[in-house]
Amino acid sequence: MALPGDLDALTKAFSGFGVDENSIISILGKWHPEQRKSFRKGFPQFFREDKRLFERWDERHIAFLEHEFLRFKNAMVLWTLHPWERDARLAKEALAKGDYDILVEIACTRSSEELLGARRAYHSLFDHSIEEDVAYSVNDSNRNLLVALVSSYRYEGARVNEEIAETEAKTLSEAIKNAEKRPIENEEVVRIITTRSKLHLKAVFNYYKEISGTTTEEILASALKGSADEKNKQALTRVIVTQADSYMKEISEEYHKQHGVSLSQKIEETTNGNYKDFLLTLVARGD
Amino acid sequence: MATITVPDHTSPVEDAENLRKACEGWGTNENTIVSILGHRNAVQRKQIRQAYEEIYQEDLIKRLESELKGEFEKAVYRWILDPADRDAILAHVAARNAKSDNRTIIEIACIRSPEELLAAKRAYHFRYKHSLEEDVASRTTGDFRKLLVALVSTYRYDGDEVDVSLAGSEAKILHNMIEGKSFNHEEVIRILSTRSKAQLNATFNRYKDTHGASITKSLSGNPADEFSEALCIAIQCIRSPQKYFEKVLRNAINKVGTDEDAITRVIVTRAEKDLKDIKDLYHKRNNASLEHAISKDTSGDYKIFLLTLLGCEEL
Repeated sequence: MALPGDLDALTKAFSGFGVDENSIISILGKWHPEQRKSFRKGFPQFFREDKRLFERWDERHIAFLEHEFLRFKNAMVLWTLHPWERDARLAKEALAKGDYDILVEIACTRSSEELLGARRAYHSLFDHSIEEDVAYSVNDSNRNLLVALVSSYRYEGARVNEEIAETEAKTLSEAIKNAEKRPIENEEVVRIITTRSKLHLKAVFNYYKEISGTTTEEILASALKGSADEKNKQALTRVIVTQADSYMKEISEEYHKQHGVSLSQKIEETTNGNYKDFLLTLVARGD
Repeated sequence: MATITVPDHTSPVEDAENLRKACEGWGTNENTIVSILGHRNAVQRKQIRQAYEEIYQEDLIKRLESELKGEFEKAVYRWILDPADRDAILAHVAARNAKSDNRTIIEIACIRSPEELLAAKRAYHFRYKHSLEEDVASRTTGDFRKLLVALVSTYRYDGDEVDVSLAGSEAKILHNMIEGKSFNHEEVIRILSTRSKAQLNATFNRYKDTHGASITKSLSGNPADEFSEALCIAIQCIRSPQKYFEKVLRNAINKVGTDEDAITRVIVTRAEKDLKDIKDLYHKRNNASLEHAISKDTSGDYKIFLLTLLGCEEL
């Protein structure tokens, strides 16, 4: 009979966020047919008694496992791709799935030259410009904002006009208070957010502290919650892989500040196997 | 084809020295300036500026700015700059000024290649510590703003691939807007500002095949507002830059008082590109050569400089 600890380990390996390959090798790999049979009988959540008298593996769970085995491969590929190709592919996929927040993330967190690079790679990969595909696919009120964001080529220098920043903060504040129209449908809001330099926008946001969008730290927190859905899980891979070379240290510190536990520790608790080890390695580079 | 003529061998150092001599002492020898700079391409002009800076520890451009005057000075200043820098300055002047200058911005956005537009935007960042997009956006409103900012922001795919059925459906959208059947400017802005030039030209061709008249003809006549006017200019620039420039020159010359700014802009920015084709079109359309028209309408060193850039040998 299997040891209780082994069963726990295997359950975790089969349920997770990544797959615990080592447990599978050391535990499952050693089991005789009888042990495997009693595992199948003991886990109705994965195996069901078929009317023709065999323990049948739930199709959805097999698909789930396939997906979880791929999580490490996806992280590794994302990590190794040229950042331009990586971002172009992420954008294409996001557009196809309607995950507009990923487009926003790419457009806003990359530098002007990095975003430009992604747009070039997009030309090569898909024979279209990213803006034409976004404009064509997005048919709702998000379109103007999204197209403008992916087309932005912001000034990256230090010069900021404080007076204009203050005026624009007031404009944003009024737009947000206006109950009749969504802020992103307000053309002044779109203009400010999509054309001003990042430093200028920081000044604008400082003048208007109440503005809070989804911060990177919040994405990580949602992903690491027990009830995280697939979108949030993919976000974990994406954020860590794309930020490992730039803001990982700041993100870890901010996560720790907000949640009282280190990012690494949370990843250790929540994810499995090679996928886990890979993420921890990337996060540790920030130290 | 270009119109300027460039000698087989040039020496940037020699040119720099001769330009210096032309500027020294009382008065300036404008002929020397024209005969040297008027026969050098962008790469050579840059080398001359560098050589001049090295030898005399002075910026040649600043020197020329102080020595020359009037329309001649403006023309030489624009000519001697790097094309990207020149576009940035032209765009900046246009973005800050009266409405009528928006055509310059549309020209730069639509006629330059995607890489040239990008280079201009970088030069703009460097010079003005702002992006071109933010300056254009903050000075315009409504659909006009949306069109202009979109045109300036785009980084078009530069391949030749064309989706024929898409060209058909998008020609229809354009047609509906032009016929006044739809007031949906968003779709028109989307098409014009994001599709590749190859795709757009395929769309314009489909338009002509389906409706008999070319899209530019359908749009001409008095535009109702600045948005329609901008639309018209953008389409002309994408469809046939040379025809567009011929028209700009024709209007600038025929205008009471002559629009030197426009003449300078067209000649300086196209002399190394397609001024020959523009000249030919002008001749066909007006039964007189462009050189002849410029000769009549301008004078002095400014005239000689323009004619040199036009490729005139005997002056």
